[in-house]
Amino acid sequence: MKEKQKTPQATASYCLPARQRTEVILLRGAAYLGAALTCIVLASILIYILIKGVPHIRPSLFSPHYTSENVSLFPALVNTLTMTGLTLLIAVPLGVGAAIYLVEYASRSNKLIPVIRLTTETLSGIPSIVFGLFGFLLFVTACKWGYSMLAGSLTLAMMILPLIIRSTEEALRAVPDTYREGSFGLGAGKLRTVFRVVLPSAVPGILAGVILAIGRIVGETAALIYTAGSVAQIPKNLLGSGRTLAIHMYALWTEGLNTDEAYATAVVLLVIVTLLNLLSTTLAKRLRRG
Amino acid sequence: MKEASVRAPRPHPPLTAAAVRERVMHIVFAVTACASILAVVLICLFLFASGIPTMRQIGLFRFLFGRVWNPSGEQFGIFPMIIGSLYVTAGALLIGVPVGLLCAVFMARFCPAGIYRFLKPCVDLLAGIPSVVYGFFGLMVIVPIIRNTLGGPGSSCLSASVVLGIMILPTVIGLSETALRAVPEQYYEGSLALGATHERSVFRVVLPAAKSGVFAGIILGVGRAIGETMAVVMVAGNSAVIPNSILGSVRTMTANIVVEMGYAEGLHREALIATGVVLFVFILLINICFSLMKRRAKI
Repeated sequence: MKEKQKTPQATASYCLPARQRTEVILLRGAAYLGAALTCIVLASILIYILIKGVPHIRPSLFSPHYTSENVSLFPALVNTLTMTGLTLLIAVPLGVGAAIYLVEYASRSNKLIPVIRLTTETLSGIPSIVFGLFGFLLFVTACKWGYSMLAGSLTLAMMILPLIIRSTEEALRAVPDTYREGSFGLGAGKLRTVFRVVLPSAVPGILAGVILAIGRIVGETAALIYTAGSVAQIPKNLLGSGRTLAIHMYALWTEGLNTDEAYATAVVLLVIVTLLNLLSTTLAKRLRRG
Repeated sequence: MKEASVRAPRPHPPLTAAAVRERVMHIVFAVTACASILAVVLICLFLFASGIPTMRQIGLFRFLFGRVWNPSGEQFGIFPMIIGSLYVTAGALLIGVPVGLLCAVFMARFCPAGIYRFLKPCVDLLAGIPSVVYGFFGLMVIVPIIRNTLGGPGSSCLSASVVLGIMILPTVIGLSETALRAVPEQYYEGSLALGATHERSVFRVVLPAAKSGVFAGIILGVGRAIGETMAVVMVAGNSAVIPNSILGSVRTMTANIVVEMGYAEGLHREALIATGVVLFVFILLINICFSLMKRRAKI
């Protein structure tokens, strides 16, 4: 990374008077300690889960059916994929459209903008359990869908909407105005400019946001447990209930019988989340390089 | 805020197919932009519409300040849960804020580029780990440690605070780092020129100047901690009483909903939804504080 990031000038402590030297060492030590603790915490979580979980990853865990003897995580894995796909299908068009409106269409005096900003901010602060309750009230009870994948993914779509809007907005704002001017100069209309010029150059930034959103979906439990339910099979259609990996892990803990499999599920979750994070960082870096 | 300063040439009055398409898509984008408004309105509507009548039925005062939660006896007082949420949030701040803030100071002002390249993804990953995994780690590692060293049941206010403290780290670090980097370089240079050491300049000049941004980070951390559900359910013990020590079992508002929603019926279920409404109001207040702080910090 070629950012400004100057290597800071640590004061050589030996050329200072004693009282200042103590201060320098204490303050510097404190900052180092903070960073070290953060790393140690992360490392111990990762190492502990890996050590406990990896030996229990067996082929039988990926057998196509869940039975009480073999608590296969395969159905949960498939449900996680379905849930992710469905949620993105709902949230990405809405979020990208909203960001296009905010960046490309809305004028400064537009009265909608402050309202949209306020609501997006509010949405991003609402805890997942409140989303879950709402999804339960609206989709499960009022719409009479019961616990279903559809109810779960609609709930999640609302949850990740602000993330998609924000990252798309940033990506669109990073596209230089000269691109737009060039396109208009060649006689393209607004719509064509947006779809053929602006959006393609903003794709890495949008993808980085989408991938972060996938991470949220994969790890989500509280919003899903009372909307998508926790049936451990692959549902026949979208109105059936199915548990995702994170719920699978929670359910294993609640049952309290299959700790080893819970560890193995944690490993699978961690691997997915880490890969997604790396991918998102790489894409964001490419965006910054332009 | 950069504005879309470049405008398309105005479509000519005769309505060509292209002009119609432009108008239609303009409207489509405007509609998608309203999705988030719709979402917030729906959430408020549904939660308040089902929560407020329940509170009226139970009695607002008896609901908020009642000390007994006994669903089978029709007693719904969520005071222990409110206190529980506040306790674990305070504990999380005591643990998470100092570590997070120091880590942010390190990342913004002490860290060589090589280490930064490694540290930043670490913090991002910390934010990406699912809360069930945190809960599981807490249950298997932190709870036994506390049980064996400090005594008590282990699943307690303290272990919930530790787990939440870890979980709010990325939030605190992220916003504090942004705030520290936004401080004008002249402040730091001025301090150096006056003869202060690098360390003193950072801690006495740059850090105070980034105060508002740091507070914004802490407030956002409060929001995360008070709303966190699964990790807390797994480590807090969940007995619905006000804990008498930090080693006592505690139940938060979020835990109350998750633990009992599965089998609750009738008024009991309504009371759980009303608990969610109280939590929602807390979050709205925290959000308002956050936007005020953020506006002041201009980040």
